[in-house]
Amino acid sequence: MTTPAPSATIRDLRESVRSGARSAVEICRETLARVRASDPALHAFHTVTADRALARAADLDRDRDRWRDAPLTGVPVAIKDNLCTRGVRTTAASKMLETFVPPYDATAVARLERAGAVMIGKTNCDEFAMGSSTENSAFGPTRNPWALDRTPGGSSGGSAAAVAARLAPLALGSDTGGSIRQPAALCGIVGLKPTYGRVSRYGLLAFASSLDQIGSLTLTVHDAAIALNVIAGADPADATSAPDPVPDYTAALTGDIRGARIGVPSRLLENGPGGPDGIDREVAGAFRTALDAFASRGATLVDVDLPHARHAVAVYYLVATAEASSNLARYDGVRYGFRAPFDRHDDALGSMYARTRAGGFGPEVKRRIMLGTYVLSAGYYEAYYLKAQQVRTLIARDYERAFERVDAVAMPTSPTPAFPIGERVADPLQMYLADVFTVSANLGGLPAVSVPCGFTAGGLPIGLQLVGRRFDEPTVLRLADAYERDTNWWKREPAHV
Amino acid sequence: MIGLEIHAHLLTASKIFCGCGTSFGAPPNTCVCPVCLGLPGALPVLNHAAVDLAIRAALALGCTVHETSVFARKHYFYPDLAKGYQISQYDCPLATGGALAATRIHRVHLEEDAGKSLHDGFPDSDRKTYVDFNRSGVPLIEIVTEPDLRSASDAAGFFSRLRSMLVWLGVNDGNMEEGSLRCDANVSVRRAGGALGTKAEIKNLNSFRFLQKALEYEIERQIGVLKGGGRVTQETRLWDAASGVTASMRSKEEAHDYRYFPEPDLPPLVVDAARLGSIRAAMPELPEARRARFIAQHALPEYDAGQLVESRALADYYEHVVRAGAPAKAASNWIMGELARVLKDRGADITAPPVSAAALAGLIALVEQGRISGSIAKHVFDTMVASGRTSDDIVQAEDLAQIDDEPRLVALIGDVLAAHPGPVAQYREGKTATFGFLVGQVMRASAGKANPTRVNELLRRALEA
Repeated sequence: MTTPAPSATIRDLRESVRSGARSAVEICRETLARVRASDPALHAFHTVTADRALARAADLDRDRDRWRDAPLTGVPVAIKDNLCTRGVRTTAASKMLETFVPPYDATAVARLERAGAVMIGKTNCDEFAMGSSTENSAFGPTRNPWALDRTPGGSSGGSAAAVAARLAPLALGSDTGGSIRQPAALCGIVGLKPTYGRVSRYGLLAFASSLDQIGSLTLTVHDAAIALNVIAGADPADATSAPDPVPDYTAALTGDIRGARIGVPSRLLENGPGGPDGIDREVAGAFRTALDAFASRGATLVDVDLPHARHAVAVYYLVATAEASSNLARYDGVRYGFRAPFDRHDDALGSMYARTRAGGFGPEVKRRIMLGTYVLSAGYYEAYYLKAQQVRTLIARDYERAFERVDAVAMPTSPTPAFPIGERVADPLQMYLADVFTVSANLGGLPAVSVPCGFTAGGLPIGLQLVGRRFDEPTVLRLADAYERDTNWWKREPAHV
Repeated sequence: MIGLEIHAHLLTASKIFCGCGTSFGAPPNTCVCPVCLGLPGALPVLNHAAVDLAIRAALALGCTVHETSVFARKHYFYPDLAKGYQISQYDCPLATGGALAATRIHRVHLEEDAGKSLHDGFPDSDRKTYVDFNRSGVPLIEIVTEPDLRSASDAAGFFSRLRSMLVWLGVNDGNMEEGSLRCDANVSVRRAGGALGTKAEIKNLNSFRFLQKALEYEIERQIGVLKGGGRVTQETRLWDAASGVTASMRSKEEAHDYRYFPEPDLPPLVVDAARLGSIRAAMPELPEARRARFIAQHALPEYDAGQLVESRALADYYEHVVRAGAPAKAASNWIMGELARVLKDRGADITAPPVSAAALAGLIALVEQGRISGSIAKHVFDTMVASGRTSDDIVQAEDLAQIDDEPRLVALIGDVLAAHPGPVAQYREGKTATFGFLVGQVMRASAGKANPTRVNELLRRALEA
């Protein structure tokens, strides 16, 4: 191993650059060295942009005055490979885009750069963000830094593994049904999915447009607040981005949660379809202990009912696949990306499409395109898509009702800790069912954060999730930060650092 | 029974979902960006100038513009369709339920155009098709009529009238050759009073003549099928202008399942009453209203008024001439007469007038003031067209002013009477028909400049003296 990171949070790195204790180039060199040392075993990164990062860090050092007060000066960041980066290959972990180099940056990426961040590379994920284990990557799985034989979760598994392994203090991910929060939980870090519309989706390779949201993976809640300050806000290039003003999210982190009301959906937790085995015993235990910690800080626990939440997984897989089947129609081999080789015996246009899409997409992506195509087909649209949208409204209404009585709803992020690579590959349904606690926030467009809440006896991290009202990131961040101050789970480092 | 679906490009400077330009004829793939190329991660943002034009058209067609309409994705695979879907509107269109003349309008909705496949014109066109995405994302309205048209000529007449209306509104340039206005037709036949027959959709009807010929052909074809004991199949047919027939393109079974669903990248389009009000207020006066006003306010005959509102540019020109002082009827006569003749000879239209409205008014004023005669005025007009000079200039330079001066006219008359003793004698014997001949001779002697009223008066006095 190379020199251990003395202090790996955004806040500390930023401060060391501001004070002149360390240069952006020094930080960048050390970061790249750690990536070189650790990543062969983890495979968190698809692409490491070492030269570009060093050049950028040198620019920041050269122009110190200009960058002195920028919020992320010199902070290394990793970007999920489904976010467009100008001039840097953006694959979405698909053979379809193996050689695709976007001519533009995603808005969130551009905002990080404007804040002084240094992008060090693009992280692995499930193909087009479809999956919960990062095993659906066309370029091989990412491994969990806490146990290399296990998945880091997904789909933002590369981003989560990179942050957990202290390869970068900040990674961007995308969350359509839990793709930031679940890997954050399985890797023992903080994952924030903001309110739908809070962060521009421009430049995010769309999976399910009405559910997708870009967010952060960080070591601490405070770092998540710093990152959100930078990436949140209206964007004229995204018609679904919200015009609401962006507060200083770090100001909400007062540590004072006295009087806060935290909802616990106990009926869902006891009878929910959390896979055949329900919620893992150790996960359930850690969750209960965490609730006690909130109570002892002065929060009130309130039982809430979310009667339609048990349908959330079914609704999610109808809506998400329908939108995916549409969003992925553009990958046709005509303008960019993979095109099946010319077949002299069959050069018809239809055949080119079929062979391109058969060869360019992996099995999970094809499964979802087929499901979604079926869901939108004439004669099935009403029974599936329309019905799913109606139930989606009911699920969102459940939360609205709950938020009349509570300030946030707490649940485990994932019913189980990190699972072995290969265990669920053959059983996609089991994989889908494990999304039970995360998909509702996407269906309702609600902000949600996953924060570490302990470890199993075997040393695997466990995550706690807090879901809040639309645009009420300050409250979920304040609650999570207060809990973090008492527990400091994030300070434990994984074996593979 | 015929219903039409008309696609009209909207005359916006930029595309409907991105900032790229819309001008026709730019080199291929030069007006493109990540959005209209369907690059990964690009998102559409609605151009509200397109919405305003679409609303203007919908209001002019008497439609109800809905407060909320919804964009939807229409899916099919084709190389010139960048995203694999077209952003259109489906079950919640912008506007419904209007009429133009006696034909009811079913709906008007907004959508984006696709790119263009280029099948020929390249050295390797026998093996390859190229795609130009300049047109991808150009804003369109689709106007769908009810099946109210009863014959091919009805349909062509309606299409022509709709085209004039769209051009009048400044919504569309009316250019069918460049594809900025396109038409498909749904046709079915039935016995008088019988139930509706099965319809066929005919595509590629991009001129009035093709529309009419294709419909005539298709109606005969369907009647032939039914008379032969067959059944018309529901299908899409393509008009082949070269052979003058329609041919089956795809059957109902092969029809696309477009898998419409609401476009999640765009919020519903909300048009509030204030916006409708301001579009309505900024709406140009419509042809029918203008025609009525020309009759009522300018006292023009119905025929003149109808001709002058054939296009907004023509009606505007006419009003400019009147506003510059010309009497209404005289202005109308000049525009429908001399000006129309020159335009026709030049193959031009009134958007590039050969003589400005002010200049024409000046010429008319000279006639009205009696400074030149009507026939001299035509000569002056031709000279104005050829030289660009003003009428005053020409009259002065060519000494064309009317001769009113009595001694000069009397002298002219004296010369004519002396030169034509025969007709003079005949007149005095009571054959007064020779009077006209003598007037003509005086006019000729004055090179047309003599004031004809004065000539009449003085000639009669001279003959009866």
